[in-house]
Amino acid sequence: MSEVERHSYDVVVIGAGGAGLRAAIEARMQGMRTAVVCKSLFGKAHTVMAEGGIAASMGNVNSNDNWQVHFRDTMRGGKFLNHWRMAELHAQEAPDRVWELETWGALFDRTKDGRISQRNFGGHEYPRLAHVGDRTGLELIRTLQQKIVALQQEDEAEFGDPEARLKVFQEATVTRLLTVPDSGSEAGNRITGAFGYWRESGRFVVFEAPAIVLATGGIGKSFKVTSNSWEYTGDGQALALMAGASLINMEFVQFHPTGMVWPPSVKGILVTESVRGDGGVLTNSEGKRFMFDYIPDVFKEKYAKTEEEGDRWYTDPDNNRRPPELLPRDEVARAINSEVKAGRGTPHGGVYLDVSSRLPADVIRRKLPSMHHQFKELADVDITAEPMEVGPTCHYVMGGIEVDPDTAATPGVLGLYAAGEVAGGMHGSNRLGGNSLSDLLVFGRRAGLYAAEYVAELGDERRDVPQDQIDAAAAEAVGPFNNEGAENPYSVHQELQQTMNDLVGIIRREGEMAEALGRLEELKARAEKAGVEGHRQYNPGWHLAIDLRNMLLVSECIAKAALERTESRGGHTREDHPGMSADWRKVVLACTLADDGGHVDLVRRTPEPMRGDLLALFELDELKKYLTDAELPSAAPSAPDEETN
Amino acid sequence: MSYKANFRVWRGDVDSGELRDYTVEVNEGEVVLDIIHRLQATQAPDLAVRWNCKAGKCGSCSAEINGRPRLLCMTRMSTFSAEETITVTPMRTFPVVRDLVTDVSFNYTKARQVPSFTPPEGLKAGEYRMEQVDVERSQEFRKCIECFLCQNTCHVIRDFEDNKPAFSGPRYLMRIAELDMHPLDVADRQKAAQEEHGLGYCNITKCCTDVCPEHIKITDNALIPMKERVADRKYDPLVWLGDKILRRGKTQ
Ligand SMILES: Cc1cc2nc3c(=O)[nH]c(=O)nc-3n(C[C@H](O)[C@H](O)[C@H](O)COP(=O)(O)OP(=O)(O)OC[C@H]3O[C@@H](n4cnc5c(N)ncnc54)[C@H](O)[C@@H]3O)c2cc1C
Ligand code: SF4
Ligand code: SF4
Ligand code: FES
Repeated sequence: MSEVERHSYDVVVIGAGGAGLRAAIEARMQGMRTAVVCKSLFGKAHTVMAEGGIAASMGNVNSNDNWQVHFRDTMRGGKFLNHWRMAELHAQEAPDRVWELETWGALFDRTKDGRISQRNFGGHEYPRLAHVGDRTGLELIRTLQQKIVALQQEDEAEFGDPEARLKVFQEATVTRLLTVPDSGSEAGNRITGAFGYWRESGRFVVFEAPAIVLATGGIGKSFKVTSNSWEYTGDGQALALMAGASLINMEFVQFHPTGMVWPPSVKGILVTESVRGDGGVLTNSEGKRFMFDYIPDVFKEKYAKTEEEGDRWYTDPDNNRRPPELLPRDEVARAINSEVKAGRGTPHGGVYLDVSSRLPADVIRRKLPSMHHQFKELADVDITAEPMEVGPTCHYVMGGIEVDPDTAATPGVLGLYAAGEVAGGMHGSNRLGGNSLSDLLVFGRRAGLYAAEYVAELGDERRDVPQDQIDAAAAEAVGPFNNEGAENPYSVHQELQQTMNDLVGIIRREGEMAEALGRLEELKARAEKAGVEGHRQYNPGWHLAIDLRNMLLVSECIAKAALERTESRGGHTREDHPGMSADWRKVVLACTLADDGGHVDLVRRTPEPMRGDLLALFELDELKKYLTDAELPSAAPSAPDEETN
Repeated sequence: MSYKANFRVWRGDVDSGELRDYTVEVNEGEVVLDIIHRLQATQAPDLAVRWNCKAGKCGSCSAEINGRPRLLCMTRMSTFSAEETITVTPMRTFPVVRDLVTDVSFNYTKARQVPSFTPPEGLKAGEYRMEQVDVERSQEFRKCIECFLCQNTCHVIRDFEDNKPAFSGPRYLMRIAELDMHPLDVADRQKAAQEEHGLGYCNITKCCTDVCPEHIKITDNALIPMKERVADRKYDPLVWLGDKILRRGKTQ
C-alpha cells in the first residue's frame, strides 16, 4: 500500500454540527491541538436545519421555570427510560450554554425587557425554547462557526498560523476508527486514530489521535420518508460499534408528527413544531380537532379537555391546561397515523395543520418566516391563507452510542467520546422538541472537556496506528470499484429505505420485523457486491456504496431491538404489544458487534436506579405509572386520591 | 403528469469540460435537484453535486440554471416549460472542482479576515440586554445561509479575478455591517470595511440582492448604510467611487 496522508492531533472531533463544534471549541480552549472532520462544508451540518429552538430553563418568560421542572418534563417525555443523570446535567447546564452563545455573538429573539425570548413547545411545561424565528439551528451553527474563527484569529495573532491549534478538515468522510487492544484497562480497545477519504479527490487520509469525539448525528437516511439529509447514514453509530462500543435504545426512533406530504419530492421535509406552539391546530378531513380524542392516561391531568380551555391557555397558561396538539411527538404522530388510517385524512394522505385561521398573516410571516417561505416555494401553499397538509416523518434517533453520563466517554473503547444525536441515553424513549440543541451544547462541551483531560493525563504517551488496519480500511474503501456493474448502490439504498419504512416504521408488528431482518440480510449480501463506475474524485455513487455498510448495520440494530422489546413506549409502538410495561422500563437493550464482524448481538442491561432526590421531584402517583412497586420510594407518603393538579 | 425533459449539464473538472445532454423524467412538484439526483441514480452515477438539506436552509446546492445563479433545491421544475432545455452549470466565479461542485474556499478565507464579535469588557454571560428592535437589523443579515450566490454574482469579482484579494464580496461586507449594527459590539468596523475589505468597490448595482435566496436586502440594508456610516467619518465615498469607475473605464 502506498503511503497515505497523515495528520497528528491531540483530539479529533468527527462531525461539525452543534455537538462537534462545541466539543472542538472546548478541547481547543483546554489547550489541545484539535481537528474537526466533517462530510460537508463547514457550516452546513445538519444542525443548520433545526428550526424551533433550544430548550433551557432560563425562566425569562415564566419565572416559575427552573432546572427541576425541565428535568421532570424530559423524563416524562422519554417515558422514564432516559439516563436520569444525563437528563439532570442537561437541565442544569443548558441555560449557561445558551447565555454563552450570546457572548459569542448569537442574536436570539428578545422579550420586552430585553432578555432572550422563550417559546412554548410540546411536552415543556413553560415557555422554554430560546429561538430566532424558526431558524434557530442556523444561528447555533453560525455562532459556533464564528467562535471557531475567533479562536483561529487568536492563533493567527500568536503563531502566525490560524490553524495552528484548531483546523477544520471539510468534505472528508471517516470510514474506520483505528484502535489497538488495551489489556491494561477495563476497556477492550484504545483509540489511536481514524481513517477516511477526501470527498473531492477520493484520496485517503489518516488522523492520528489518542482521543476522538464522535458527533456524527443520526440515521434517518435508512428510512424512505425522513426530515434528515444525506449525511444521516449512521456513520458514527457504525464506527463505534465496529471499534467495540455498544449502541443502546436503538429501537426508539422519533417520527415527527408534521412533515410535508405533498408534493412527493419534498415528502418528509419538516414542518416545525413551533407552528403548533404558536397556535396552529390539527384537524381531519371532517374539520375536527381530533387530538382531544387521543390524550393518553398518563397525560390526562396535564392537557385541556375542551377547545375553549386549550385556546385560553395561549394567553393564560397559569389557569388553563395546554391543548393536546402539544402532546409529546410520539403521541401526536400516532394520532395522525390513526386518523389517516381511519379514512379521515387529506387528499395526499396527511391531516391539516392550520395557522391561517388562528393568527394574523403578518404575525405568521414574522414568527414562522421559513415555514412561510418553504410552503410557498415548494408546495405553492400560502400558510397565511390556507392550511398545510402534514404527516409523520422519520426525524431523530433516541438510541445511540452508550456513554458515561458525566464524561461522554464510551465504555469499551478508551479515548472514544460521543455527543449529540449519535449518543444514546439522554432522551430515553422519546425526545422533546428543543432538547436536542441543548443536548448538543451541554454534552458537546463535556465531551471536549473530558477528551482534553484524558489526553492531558496521557502526557506524551502515544500509540502508533496499526498499519494493517490502515491497509484493511483502504482495501475496504476501494472495494466497490472492483465490483463493476454488479449491483447499483442506489437501488440497494432505495430498497433499504422502503424496508425500514414499511416494516420497522411508526407502528410495528412482530412478523414484519422478522421479515425486515431477513431482507436486511439479503441487502447486505447485495451491498457487498455494489459496484461503481468512474473515478474516485467526488463520486457520489462510490460514497453511497461505502455508506451502505453503516446504514445496514444500524438498521439491523433498530430492527433487532424493536423485535425484542414487547411493549410500546415513546418512539417504539408495537401493535401486538400496545401497553407500556414497568418491567420493560428496567431493561436497556444494547447492541454489540458479533464476532463475525457483520452482524449485531443484542444484550439486556439493567439501568442504574434513579437517585432519591430526583425521584422526590415527582408525585408518587405519577411514578406509579412508570415504575414497578419495588422501585417506588418506600418512605414516600402515598398521594391523596383527589386530583392535585 | 410526468414528462421527459431535456437537460444540459456541465461535466468536467479543472482541466476541461463540456455541456452534456440528457433526457430525463420529471414528475409533478419536483425541483431541479430532484432531476440531478435522478440522473445520478439512472444515467450518471458519478455526477458531482453538493447538497444537504433539500429545503433551502444550508446553502450547499448553489449553481447556475440557464445562466441564473440559484439554489438547485429551491428551483421548481414548474417554472420551466416542458419543451425548454434546462442548462445547469457550476457557479462561475469560483474554480471548478468537478461537474457542479466548485472550490468555495475564497469565502472561508474572507470570513476569517473579519474580526469577531467584540462585547463590552466585563459584561457577563446572562447579563446581555437588547431590545428586539435593535437586534432586528443584524438578525436580517444572520439569515444568510452562506450559499455564496451573491459572491458569485457580484461583478466586482465575477468579471475581475484580480479584485479578489482586495474585495471581500457582499456576504462579508454584510457580515461587517451586521457586527457594526450589533447593539453590543464595541469594535470599530467602518475603517476596516473601507480600507481592508473593499467596500468602495461596490457600486450598488444590487445584483447580489437580486439573487439572494433568503431575500436579504444586502445592498439597501447593509451596504448602503455601511457606506453612509463610512462617509460620515469623513471619507467621501462618491468621490472615491467616481475615481474607481473612472480608473476602471480608463484601463478597459
Ligand atoms: C428539520 C429538523 C429540524 C430540527 N429542529 C430542532 C429544533 O428546533 N430543536 C432541537 O433541539 N432539535 C431539532 N432537530 C434535531 C437536531 O437538529 C439534531 O438532532 C442535531 O442538530 C444533531 O446535531 P449533531 O451535532 O449531533 O449532528 P449534526 O449537526 O448532524 O452534524 C453531524 C456532523 O457529522 C459529520 N459526519 C457524519 N458522518 C461523518 C463521517 N463518517 N465522517 C466525517 N464526518 C461525518 C457531518 O458532516 C456533520 O458535520 C431538528 C432536526 C431536523 C432534521
Ligand atoms: S451591490 Fe455591490 S456587492 Fe452587490 S453585486 Fe453590486 S457591486 Fe457587488
Ligand atoms: S447573503 Fe444571501 S446570497 Fe449571499 S451568501 Fe447569504 S444567503 Fe447567499
Ligand atoms: S440543499 Fe440545502 S440549500 Fe439546497
